[in-house]
Amino acid sequence: MASSATTAGAEPVFHLEEEHAHAEGGSTMLGFWLYLMSDCLIFAMLFAAYGVLGGNYTAGPAPKDLFDLDLVALNTAMLLFSSITYGFAMLTMDKGRVAATQAWLAVTGLFGLAFLSIELYEFSHMIHEGATPQRSAFLSSFFTLVGTHGLHVTFGLVWLVTLMTQVARFGLVEANRRRLMCLSMFWHFLDVVWIGVFTFVYLMGMLR
Amino acid sequence: MPDSLTKFIFGRLTWDSLPLHEPIVVATFAAVALGGIALLCVITYFKLWTYLWREWFTSVDHKKIGIMYMVLGLVMLLRGFSDAIMMRLQQAIAFNGSEGYLNSHHYDQIFTAHGVIMIFFVAMPFVTGLMNFVVPLQIGARDVSFPFLNNFSFWMTVGGAILVMASLFVGEFARTGWLAYPPLSGIGYSPDVGVDYYIWALQVAGVGTTLSGINLICTIIKMRAPGMTLMRMPVFTWTSLCTNVLIVASFPVLTAVLSLLALDRYVGTNFFTNDFGGNPMMYVNLIWIWGHPEVYILILPLFGVFSEVTSTFSGKRLFGYTSMVYATVVITILSYLVWLHHFFTMGSGASVNSFFGITTMIISIPTGAKIFNWLFTMYRGRIRFELPMMWTMAFMLTFTVGGMTGVLLAVPPADFVLHNSLFLIAHFHNVIIGGVLFGLFAGIAYWWPKAFGFKLDPFWGKVSFWCWVVGFWFAFMPLYVLGLMGVTRRMRVFDDPSLQIWFVIAAFGAVLIAIGIAAFLIQIYVSIRNREALTDPTGDPWDGRTLEWSTSSPPPAYNFAFTPVVRDNDAWWDMKKAGYVRPLSGFKPIHMPSNTGTGVILAAFSVALGFGLIWYIWWLAALSFVCLIATAIGHTFNYHRDFHIPAAEVTQTEEARTTLLAAQG
Repeated sequence: MASSATTAGAEPVFHLEEEHAHAEGGSTMLGFWLYLMSDCLIFAMLFAAYGVLGGNYTAGPAPKDLFDLDLVALNTAMLLFSSITYGFAMLTMDKGRVAATQAWLAVTGLFGLAFLSIELYEFSHMIHEGATPQRSAFLSSFFTLVGTHGLHVTFGLVWLVTLMTQVARFGLVEANRRRLMCLSMFWHFLDVVWIGVFTFVYLMGMLR
Repeated sequence: MPDSLTKFIFGRLTWDSLPLHEPIVVATFAAVALGGIALLCVITYFKLWTYLWREWFTSVDHKKIGIMYMVLGLVMLLRGFSDAIMMRLQQAIAFNGSEGYLNSHHYDQIFTAHGVIMIFFVAMPFVTGLMNFVVPLQIGARDVSFPFLNNFSFWMTVGGAILVMASLFVGEFARTGWLAYPPLSGIGYSPDVGVDYYIWALQVAGVGTTLSGINLICTIIKMRAPGMTLMRMPVFTWTSLCTNVLIVASFPVLTAVLSLLALDRYVGTNFFTNDFGGNPMMYVNLIWIWGHPEVYILILPLFGVFSEVTSTFSGKRLFGYTSMVYATVVITILSYLVWLHHFFTMGSGASVNSFFGITTMIISIPTGAKIFNWLFTMYRGRIRFELPMMWTMAFMLTFTVGGMTGVLLAVPPADFVLHNSLFLIAHFHNVIIGGVLFGLFAGIAYWWPKAFGFKLDPFWGKVSFWCWVVGFWFAFMPLYVLGLMGVTRRMRVFDDPSLQIWFVIAAFGAVLIAIGIAAFLIQIYVSIRNREALTDPTGDPWDGRTLEWSTSSPPPAYNFAFTPVVRDNDAWWDMKKAGYVRPLSGFKPIHMPSNTGTGVILAAFSVALGFGLIWYIWWLAALSFVCLIATAIGHTFNYHRDFHIPAAEVTQTEEARTTLLAAQG
């Protein structure tokens, strides 16, 4: 840090002589955290709505009639595995190994796809039984909360494919590493939200 | 064409959707269309399209985006005020059996549109524009953290405004009041497009607002000049930080609650319906969890403006800087603990009402501390009665009255009598006009020379000032009286002839405000015409205290040739006192973000998506959604989003300023 007024040692410093560059993407992690927290608020809202309306079955089916805990456990496992494999992708990214990173990302994507497929199967099964989102406020809030999570996973998958393309084309450059970090945070965030869904909606639903 | 095909292509949009049977709307449309065509012709005639596109629409420069926000706010102010004066006229004449000149269908849309526009498309753009322009300059930064996102946020706000404006001429707007409470806003009672316009306009604009909130928080946290610790930040930057925290922590709630309402209307879910277990009161709770922080989102930045203005025009350091910061933070936190005071009459019980009544009253303590800080800043100061200072003093008198009626309404038993009455209307106009709007005018007059390099004409400014202030008191004091007499809000006709005189006085006040707005526009016109005489080559016309006054007016694209180093609060004041000498050589190339048109394109697709959803034109909605995602992904394949301003160009710009300053002597 050099002074402009260098005539005397005690002269006050008013500006930097060297170009004071903020590191490229230096705010990205903070910004993405803030975005995640705003998204978290949306989930908080949906949880709150489920908390208020979750008991309003209006003579329709209740959680016990609908939920298959074995299936949900399998589904939870898929998502948790995908988080672990994303972690491996990040570890290999740190070592700069492109092929391994891509492979772990692909595995993550497959687990995510499995999660979505099981969820869609569960939804279609419920709708076939007449448990539609329109049937009761409980089902409205159930489908909205779980569906919003599923929609996030879907967007995560689109993002994942985009990033894999970009890594394939441009390699693990600084910008791509930053993007993979962001998606990593997004992916684990969805995992945390799912733990809430699993506990609050499915497990506690069976206790009602 | 077969019926099903027409329905596929146009959804529920038919010729009947055009309000040709409403002469007032047709006349408005004619005026807007002619004005619009004239504007387009002028732009084409002077070959300004390329210039506008390259220098403004696609610009990622926070200063230009800030100015565009202000223009948007001003245009929408004219629309929102037209609604206001139409209501005042209707209420002034609809007595003694007269129906007035507005039918109920039209009148209900007007009061809804007035509220929605004034909050979302006037106050919000004005506030965001001011923060966008000023904050990076005050913290010694060259731009915001995410310049492209900033451009995108602006165009999303414009997109929302376009949808609201479209509702005037294609279809109709909501007839539900500005917060669209269900079950009235449900599909059963509002089957038309009005509420859908409301939902999608706010969703599109809400994306922009949330992203701009994230952007400005990051900017303030990460981009401050070296030496500017949090407790050395200018107060306006502090209040902006708190406002953006509020935005990020409350707008998602609005997004979510409007999505649930949309699901109820489009899918047939039962969140807020009367049957199948829905709970309409949950909507009221949720929307006010956003809605109350929203009023602080609007007022906090203006508290910052008043702080800057008071200390600058009193020639003194702000009294009680630390207490000002803490008061702002306390208000930020408390604003989340008071939402239920908007519906004391819902029947939450005495304990809950007491809690929220007390938290509401507590907010007056930090706010009162601020008022005293401003008064003590003025005490023994050398006050210059320039326009910004006049607005600030009018604010202190007006806002205090509004604050006191607010404390009155915070008492649940009193609220049971006064809720939904014109007393409430008078109260919140008293704080929003007396606080937000007066603050914006103070801010505009204060920072205009920074933005454009010349001052605003003081004569027309004073005309505008007196018309606004006097007009405000004439327009809203009668509403306090009427509210105390029990007149409820949103009434179209009245039976009791003894009330009429108060409405006539209020209408007179509205006319004065109209003159005030006209004078403001004249002020801008006259100032641009006389810009040579009003010019300010120094960049520091008010003898300012904060960093934005250290650079030229208007600032160069890079804001500061060298990043400033901050040693004290009021950094620029400190520099002036400590014998700062402007550096004349040694300039380096400056790293800057490149312009991009992606923000405009994304926002255009969002408008198309909204329009498709509103009119059930599903192919349009699906197509624009796919285009939206594709464009967004395509944008991420562009890795070269920046460039360097060469050192020679920086030198040239700075030497031009040196010459200008030397000419001043």
